Amino acid sequence: MSFFKKLKEKFTSSAETTEVSNKYKSGLEKTRSSFSTKLNDLVARYRKIDEEFFEDLEEVLIQADVGVMTVMDLIEELEMEAKRQNIKDAADLREVISEKLVEIYADEDNTAEAPVNMQSDGLTVFLFVGVNGVGKTTTIGKMAHQLKQQGKKVLLVAGDTFRAGAIEQLAVWGERAEVDVIKHNAGSDPAAVIYDGIQAAKSRGVDVLLCDTAGRLQNKVNLMNELSKVKRVIEREIPGAPHEVLLVLDATTGQNALSQAKTFSQATDVSGIVLTKLDGTAKGGIVLAIRKELKIPVKYVGLGEQMNDLEKFDPHAFVYGLFSDMLEKE
Amino acid sequence: MAFEGLAERLQNTIKKMTGKGKVSEQDVKEMAREVRLALLEADVNFKVVKDFIKKIKERAVGQEVMNSLTPGQQIIKIVKEELTDLMGGEQSKIAVSERPPTVIMMVGLQGAGKTTTTGKLANLLRKKHNRKPLLVAADVYRPAAINQLETIGKQLNLPVFSKGTDANPVDIANDAIAHAKEEHYDYVLIDTAGRLHTDENLMTELREIKENVDPAEILLVVDSMTGQDAVNVAESFDEQLAVSGVILTKLDNDNRGGAALSIRAVTQKPIKYAGMGEKLDELEVFHPERMASRILGMGDVLSLIEKAQENVDEKKAKELEEKMRSATFTFDDFLDQMEQVKSMGPLEDLLGMIPGANKMKGLKNAQIDEKQLVYVEAIIHSMTKKEREDPSIMNASRKKRIAKGAGRPVSEVNRLLKQFEEMKKMMKQMSGMQKGKKGKKKKGLNLPFM
Repeated sequence: MSFFKKLKEKFTSSAETTEVSNKYKSGLEKTRSSFSTKLNDLVARYRKIDEEFFEDLEEVLIQADVGVMTVMDLIEELEMEAKRQNIKDAADLREVISEKLVEIYADEDNTAEAPVNMQSDGLTVFLFVGVNGVGKTTTIGKMAHQLKQQGKKVLLVAGDTFRAGAIEQLAVWGERAEVDVIKHNAGSDPAAVIYDGIQAAKSRGVDVLLCDTAGRLQNKVNLMNELSKVKRVIEREIPGAPHEVLLVLDATTGQNALSQAKTFSQATDVSGIVLTKLDGTAKGGIVLAIRKELKIPVKYVGLGEQMNDLEKFDPHAFVYGLFSDMLEKE
Repeated sequence: MAFEGLAERLQNTIKKMTGKGKVSEQDVKEMAREVRLALLEADVNFKVVKDFIKKIKERAVGQEVMNSLTPGQQIIKIVKEELTDLMGGEQSKIAVSERPPTVIMMVGLQGAGKTTTTGKLANLLRKKHNRKPLLVAADVYRPAAINQLETIGKQLNLPVFSKGTDANPVDIANDAIAHAKEEHYDYVLIDTAGRLHTDENLMTELREIKENVDPAEILLVVDSMTGQDAVNVAESFDEQLAVSGVILTKLDNDNRGGAALSIRAVTQKPIKYAGMGEKLDELEVFHPERMASRILGMGDVLSLIEKAQENVDEKKAKELEEKMRSATFTFDDFLDQMEQVKSMGPLEDLLGMIPGANKMKGLKNAQIDEKQLVYVEAIIHSMTKKEREDPSIMNASRKKRIAKGAGRPVSEVNRLLKQFEEMKKMMKQMSGMQKGKKGKKKKGLNLPFM
């Protein structure tokens, strides 16, 4: 069975997965159409595989923000693979291309998906970190809503005491999702708010505590130290927590996302990524580069502006979304 | 990290070429490849890069290089020239309407930094241009966006016009203009909601606001970390609204900001300001030629020198020079000097502006701990006046007292004293050497503790 058929089968086998993949398909409409149209264009234009073909392929991938280094490695592997399998026809290579991409996305440790560390009983703590304007507070709002729908008792902590209006913004999300928000005044010590949040979560018997933090650029050493302190407070108060440190990344971001992932990991030991605004951007390739270079998995994706537009990241569904045009043509 | 590797490789290639007396076509090809990689890694759009490299290659193999005495340097010059050219050489000013108020619309994607930038721009208009600005909260969609602008308004002591979240943004804009005319405001800054360039409903809303208020400027706010997509965003906003300029935000990050180049090349619209920090006075006029250096990773000497000039008190610098020469430099002077350097901004930023600093051993990944400076200050502050003027009277019990006062170990006090003595010695030598060429010394750049 060919690789594409397997993927296709996986996603048409049950009604539930079809729904998920449809969501990915609509959210990734722009991503998919531009990326795979280009890939198809490319394959159509070249009958033979030559240097020029690989150069153009490189461009297609770079334009998807995959990153120069990752692309160069990938091209090199493809060239080797083409030689090894004696592929001369461009159309035949198409499958190898997507196979390689899936490999990076999904097959890092032979596990297709990175599970989210949710405690079956007792308190689960998620810490959200990231640079300014990526959508941390919005993501927390969406997640609070979804967890609440699942019957969990959720509490939010307004750890962004710096940005004007941030506490109010989280409070509005709290109202929408009908969950409580622990907050201090603007300008107070974020570690202290988080501490209070933990105490409140413990005494109220909360299932999931979602901690917001102020956006900060990763090259501000003192702000990164502040973040480490927040994490230490959580660690000290609850053994094993935070259960997830989620780096929120804007999908529009270019190569700087790598630097963000690296530095935030050093400060807070990031366990997963939330890729936001994937509905708006035409790209999403930076995920590939981060996965390849830093081994950090994507755990959630933001696919729209509605409360429900936060999905668990499913690498297969993601790749299916990217390549579904090509799959359907087969 | 991949990126540092590239900047280094580019610098190595440049270094190799700088020394060469003759440049072969192969050399040019190699150079072009490195420049291409550097630009792509800086997030410059690949189409823009393609055109750029073609131009460089044409000029580099042409007469002007081959006949030059230093072909290596000549090529670097070409790269910088072309890059600066692409960035749009001149600085661009903000518009003023003949009949006030001048209306400015702020537009962009979600999270680009529109609200903060609106506040910063109003602050700059008031401070540097002596104008009276009115802030208008027209983002009725994002939770607490109005609250955010109002808080910023309060911090800056500037008025904010708002009608709550139930009002229509077009009505808000109209009413704000009417209010501004009555109250004789010079500028009206409309903060609009972040939106996707592909969101037709919201883009129509922006067009309606535009038709109603007839803005003198429509400024597109763009996150400098944006990747290849920057071109699509800018093109789309420009097509639908005819943007008049761009403000680049979050440029105080370690990104290269290639998006700036892409946007400029594709839309031909000038980048007017750059956001350089979270504080509300950290909006700077954009210097295209400096951005060119930054994108290539060549450092930013101009900015550094200007920063020094802006912040270093000339009279104090003169006095200091005098003191150095006569070797009467005391701990008080040392404190003074530290203050001046600190006012130039974070040390790390300063380091980043020195070309080649990322190549220097030890400085490469140096994370300068600003706390160390605070400790040094604390130690000096714990000294008596006499001790500061004449450290030679220092003895064990004095040191112990100082250490206790500063809350630092005695060893740190000892280290500081030793460094201070060495510095004085060095100054003596330096001033001896300088006697011949007075006034040539770069003021403000003597950073004894760096």
